[in-house]
Amino acid sequence: MSGNTLDNPGFRLRASYHHVDREGEVMFGFWVFLMSDAIIFGLIFATYATMVRATAGGPGPKQLFDIGSVAIETSALLLSSFTYGLASLALRYHAGRWAVIAWLAVTLVLAFVFLWFEVHDFLTMFAHGGSPDRSGFTSAFFGLVPLHGLHVTSGCIWMVVLIVRMLRKGIDEDVRLGVQRLALFWHFLDIVWIAIFSLVYLGGLV
Amino acid sequence: MSLTQFIFGRLSLHSLPFWSAIQHPTIENIVNDTIASGAASMVIVGAVATAGLITYFGKWRYLWTEWLTSVDHKRIGIMYIVVAFVMLSRALIEAVLMRTQQAFGLGGGFLSPEHFGELFSTHGTIMIFFMAMPFLIGLINFVMPQQIGTRDVSFPVMNSISLGLTVAGAMLVMISLVVGKFSTGGWSGYPPYTETTFNPGVGPDYWIWAVSLSGIGTMLTGINFAVTIYKRRAPGMTLMRMPLFTWTALCTSILMIFAMPPLTVATVLLALDRYLGFHFFTNGLGGNMMNFANLFWLFGHPEVYILILPAFGVYSEVIPAFSGKIIYGYTSLVLATMVIALLSFTVWLHHFFTMGQSAAVNATFGIATMMIGIPTGVKIYDWMLTMVRGRIRFTVPMVYSLGFMMLFVIGGMSGIILANPSIDYQVHNTLFLVAHFHNVLIPGLLFGMLAGYHFWFPKAFGFRLNERWGMASALCWIFGFMFAFFPLYALGLLGFPRRTVAFYNPIYVPYLAIALFGGVIILAALACLVIQLVVSVIQRDQNRVPAGDPWNASALEWSVAAPAPEYNFAVLPEVTARDAFMVAKEHGTAYLPPERFTDIEMPKNSPMGMILCITGAFAAFGLVWHIWWMVGIAMLATIGAMIWHGSLRDYERIIPAQEIREDYMRWLKLVHDAHPVSRDHEIEHDNAGLADLHETMEAAE
Repeated sequence: MSGNTLDNPGFRLRASYHHVDREGEVMFGFWVFLMSDAIIFGLIFATYATMVRATAGGPGPKQLFDIGSVAIETSALLLSSFTYGLASLALRYHAGRWAVIAWLAVTLVLAFVFLWFEVHDFLTMFAHGGSPDRSGFTSAFFGLVPLHGLHVTSGCIWMVVLIVRMLRKGIDEDVRLGVQRLALFWHFLDIVWIAIFSLVYLGGLV
Repeated sequence: MSLTQFIFGRLSLHSLPFWSAIQHPTIENIVNDTIASGAASMVIVGAVATAGLITYFGKWRYLWTEWLTSVDHKRIGIMYIVVAFVMLSRALIEAVLMRTQQAFGLGGGFLSPEHFGELFSTHGTIMIFFMAMPFLIGLINFVMPQQIGTRDVSFPVMNSISLGLTVAGAMLVMISLVVGKFSTGGWSGYPPYTETTFNPGVGPDYWIWAVSLSGIGTMLTGINFAVTIYKRRAPGMTLMRMPLFTWTALCTSILMIFAMPPLTVATVLLALDRYLGFHFFTNGLGGNMMNFANLFWLFGHPEVYILILPAFGVYSEVIPAFSGKIIYGYTSLVLATMVIALLSFTVWLHHFFTMGQSAAVNATFGIATMMIGIPTGVKIYDWMLTMVRGRIRFTVPMVYSLGFMMLFVIGGMSGIILANPSIDYQVHNTLFLVAHFHNVLIPGLLFGMLAGYHFWFPKAFGFRLNERWGMASALCWIFGFMFAFFPLYALGLLGFPRRTVAFYNPIYVPYLAIALFGGVIILAALACLVIQLVVSVIQRDQNRVPAGDPWNASALEWSVAAPAPEYNFAVLPEVTARDAFMVAKEHGTAYLPPERFTDIEMPKNSPMGMILCITGAFAAFGLVWHIWWMVGIAMLATIGAMIWHGSLRDYERIIPAQEIREDYMRWLKLVHDAHPVSRDHEIEHDNAGLADLHETMEAAE
């Protein structure tokens, strides 16, 4: 059944007739999931935008944000996206499992740096009277930014699981698909962070 | 914190439904607690009786291996529909109880306002999240993969997990009958009423977690269905050759992917308010409840179309089948479905016209709302034109379809009336609105689901349902609906507010009495459905349709045996045109054995769905009652189970070609032995599922 384009309609990327294209299916499914997750972030961004002035007499962005610390977080996260990209390239060009594991480990360290400074930021905000129960603004902030942090945390857990699996069994089809999906997730979180950095932090400080 | 508090959280003897009657035995407490305890004991007796029967017949292993851990899309679909029927029974009884209270509500009635509040909240929550959603998801699960010619959905284990999460949510609502009280905030749970300031108890928490669990399950289902339809269609099945039910399944899945996140956001933010003292929707300190209204209806309006589109899909299958024609205006029906899906995201604000935005905003959303009437009208005309000069048979699904067409148009028209903001101001929050949305949801959604249930039941179990009891039920539904809800339009125009426990103006009484009468007829309709199922099972040997095509229908699911083998198709079909099976029958290529059989890989059973069902239910129960150790363990178990599942490698098993050939040949012999029946005799015992092909040819000309 070659030559007839109707054999493989839709998004089937590989010309397989009786066999369903597993990789294309899994990756497409994950893209759709990310689309759904993007809606969640979008809505919480919108909620934040409506509540940024609702400080109810409490501290606002200028009193609470420490742009120096946020700059470190941003650098760490953007760099981690780059190192994850190197892990993906190592996987793609069959550089062996150790290269992939090494780059993922570097990514993990950078993610920890990000989370460490983020938690530090939150504690500072608490100390300055900016806890989530203070006002609509602090609620919206703590609804949005830690949600991203939670995503990063779950990405870290996933990364550890994948590394352990590679250490034990090497790289098989399932691990490869896992690394590819986590890559999408990780870069997606980077994009969300860029939005947080621009809208929440820079927007709050101008 | 004391040890008891640590172990039991907020749970205590006060959580039992009969406790206040014992403590303060006033008449009101005794009446209300007796009803509540009766309901609670029905839940417990039902659960114990079910468990007892399974033990008595020694069916636990069968249940576990063949059903609960099965990842077969057909079985998962059937389980979804079982859940839907169980929940339908409860919510319907609640509805009749509310009708009874209002019929006797002049000056008081017998239910307390809190009890009445719980009733309308659980009724709405169950009917939307645990009756309608499981029913349509079950139907799509069962039908869609067979219609597009594939063997399973893209992510079979995730499908089982979706079912597990939905069941966990449903269990939570059932548990709320036994311990504690459900929310009194309605199915939409608006803050600030549902904030801790006004509702410190467990009610809103039950609502939040039940709805969140089902919402996450539904989002996963949406991803699963959409990917399946995009990726797994049989060779040659282009988008414009898909059966219309599959088209509506696709649009519904897209809506689920985009519309379930706002629900999750709304419920989780409300939970943050209630659990951690955030100020998203509170009255003071910068909270803004309008954000909840926007978020909730950003979900809630597309949800309406998630509900109705699959029903439209059923009608688009049933009406041509029982008119002996192909569907009229296929392309326009596809376009109308897509337009409805798109417009559904542009109208959410009409749920709160009265909440203070400018006239220009209201007018915009009012016009957008009226525009949805256009594609819907196109569909109604297409269905009517499909029937013109057809060989129409008044079978049960067709009667539901006709009831739908007549009643749904009335419901749609009252929607157009409500879409006008200035009129909406007059009838906002009255029974007029209640009449409107029941008028679209019962004849629209529920009739569609029931028509689908009758239509595809033979495909699922291999025998047809009893026509006589089915007809009795359909007529009871149609006339019961009219009696129960048409008076509500009048009551609404007379100013009767919705969600009202009692009233003091005797003018309402006759209308409410008629509505109660209608409610009782609907209860009879449910009873008829139960009797029908029992009678049909007893008489199953007389109504078997092993050849698989009892209605001389056109889509691929009818081209295989009934019940279908677990792999659906011995060899994946090749599609060259729309109405693939009808075309095959016309060309004489149906029922031809394939040249070659090959081994088939099918996914193995997985306990993941049941594991996440149990951990999800425990986590939610712990959250409701502040039993933090339970939440912690359940969360860790969930993560552990996911990591364990990810480490599995051997998740497929092979069905050998020899076995498939034997099954196929056995079925083919049944087909050759079967006596073909013409359309006029399809509800008689002769119907073995083989249509009179001569007649098919005639229809084609």
